[in-house]
Order: sequence, then C-alpha cells, then structure tokens
Amino acid sequence: MTVYSVYIINRAGGLIYQLDHANPKTEVEKTFSYPLELTLKIMDERVVVAFGQRDGIHVGHTVLGVNGEQVKGRQLEDGREVLEVIANQENYPIAIRFGRPKLSTNERIMLASMFHSLYAIGSQLSPEQRSSGIQLLETDAFKLYCYQTLSGIKLIVLSDPRQGSMEGLLKKIYELYADYALKNPFYSIDMPVRCELFDLNLQATLDAAERSTFYAPGS
Amino acid sequence: MTIYNLYIFDRFGTCLFYQEWNRSKQSGMSKDEEYKLMYGLIFSIKSFISRISPMDFKDGFLNYCTNCYKLHFFETPSGLKFILNSSLNVGPMREILQHLYSAIYVDLIVRNPLCPLNKPIESMLFKTKLDAYIRGLPAFTTDE
Repeated sequence: MTVYSVYIINRAGGLIYQLDHANPKTEVEKTFSYPLELTLKIMDERVVVAFGQRDGIHVGHTVLGVNGEQVKGRQLEDGREVLEVIANQENYPIAIRFGRPKLSTNERIMLASMFHSLYAIGSQLSPEQRSSGIQLLETDAFKLYCYQTLSGIKLIVLSDPRQGSMEGLLKKIYELYADYALKNPFYSIDMPVRCELFDLNLQATLDAAERSTFYAPGS
Repeated sequence: MTIYNLYIFDRFGTCLFYQEWNRSKQSGMSKDEEYKLMYGLIFSIKSFISRISPMDFKDGFLNYCTNCYKLHFFETPSGLKFILNSSLNVGPMREILQHLYSAIYVDLIVRNPLCPLNKPIESMLFKTKLDAYIRGLPAFTTDE
C-alpha cells in the first residue's frame, strides 16, 4: 500500500494540512553533447522540457541541476540563466538533471482550492439526483480519494493506482483530525493545522497502513 | 447498470455531440452553458492531475466517481474528447469509447466529406449508429 500524500481542505476551499508521505523518484541525470536534443522553454519561472522525450526524461520535467549545481527557478545558484548556460557551446559536455517539479506551498494551496471547485461542479453536472462531489478520481499514475465530512472538511489521499479502497484510512484520518487537531485548545477552526501530536499519529497511521498490505510497491 | 449521457468535444471546446438516455436530473442551466461547464471541468481536471501527480502519465485522467455516477473520459491525440456518464457499477469503458471514436466517429464523420469537423454533428446516420451501439452495450440496461 502506497500513500503518496494527504491533503485536508476546509469548508472554504483553503488548504489546512498537507503531508507528503512517499515520494516516488522521478529524477534522471544525463550528460549531453553540443546541440541539445531537447527543446526547453520557460514556464512559470522554471525551465521545462517542451519537446523531445527520451531516456526517462518526459515533457513537463524541469531542470533541477546543471553539472551538479542546483537550479533555482530559471537561474543557477551563481545567478547565471540556465537557458544561456545551455545555449553556450563552450559549456559542453554538460550534465543536466531533470525531474518532476516539486510543488511549492503556494501551488498546493491553489490546487486545493481548484479541487474544491471541481468537487462542486462534479455534483452539479450529475445526471442523477442528490449526487455528492468527486469521491474517487482515477488516472494511470495515481488514484485520488476524497472524503467530505458532514462539517464540510475534505480529506484527500493520493495513492498508488493499484491500491484498493481507502475508505477505512480516510475515516481513520478524520478520527485523528477530530482527536488531535480539533481538541487542541490552541487550534482555531478552519486555520492551518500545526499540531505535533496530529503529525505523529498521522505518520504512524500511514506507516501502519503501508505495512498491512497485499502487495509491496514494485512487486 | 445504466448509461446516462455522452458528450463529444473537439479540441477547441466545441460540443460536437450530446445525447442522453436515462438522465433523471437536468443541470438547471441551458445546454450551451452545461457544455461549457463540462468542458471546463474536464480541462481543469487535466491540468489539476498533471500538477498534483507524483509520477509521469501515459493516459492521464481516466474516470471519476461520485456517490451516484461515474464519468468516463477518453481523449484522442488530436484532442477529441469523449465523456460518458454511467452508473457506478459499470467497469472500465475505455475500449468502448475508443470504439466509438475509431469505428463510429472516424467512419461516419471523418470519412464523410459533407460533415464539417469543427461543427456540431448533424449526420443522422452517425446519430442512429451511435444510439444503436450504446443501447446494445451490456452496461445499458434500464430496468432495476
């Protein structure tokens, strides 16, 4: 059982808790010689592969490092523009590290509120009476389970696509939220959850769920 | 098991075709607005999953379930989108949507020089063939 991440969204669509549990590795490093076979472009202040999928480098991957140096946004650590370094023939052969972009906190907040509205539209476009919103969203890379509590909080779990039902786990997370976040006298409702006990117990629950399993990842 | 409705969109968001079979609730807006909302929903889901996914995709978005219906999605590389709503107990519909595309859409629309490709479909032959195909599916049983 692999749980990639957990999100908790409040009634207004704000992200109040997020945890990355398992992070599948998507990074690839490769040494290139002069004319670079990939097309790179700047998107959202990042250098992204636009064309030329090969050797595990996919369209949408960002440049994470050049010759072992970290890339920050579109620049190297010393302030040089990544695209200029890559365009310069003198720098070749060049080792570039690619990977899926890490989500920033801002992007996560945005995605959470985006899901909040997708959930509502999903129920509005229903062909049947009294539909809830999206409870399970399947793709070939992951499954997203969403459980909305009666008070309107949404608990979201991203898991491996081969994974069976997560209902039990979602209920358990809700229980933990009720026990450790809501009973914390310093916690104000609808605000981000910063509570050590909740963190610890959630981590323990996810670890336990990981072990009680039918298959191990990769088998 | 039942099938509620089917939308076909082109890559610009025009609704090429819509048909419903056992739909019990209307969305409470004009059909035009509903198409736009549906296209927006699919467009946003695609962008949402491409960013939130921890891994790379092959096919991307496949389907979603609420507590009373399931939406199946299939997109061709040319951007044509097939969206089919069914009840929850229906299994994967990917092959069926693929068949709709390759055997019905391509045969009766793309190969018909009188059918413009970016306008809503008016071909009666297409409509009857598609209707017959959907009604013939094992997932299409109205009783219960």
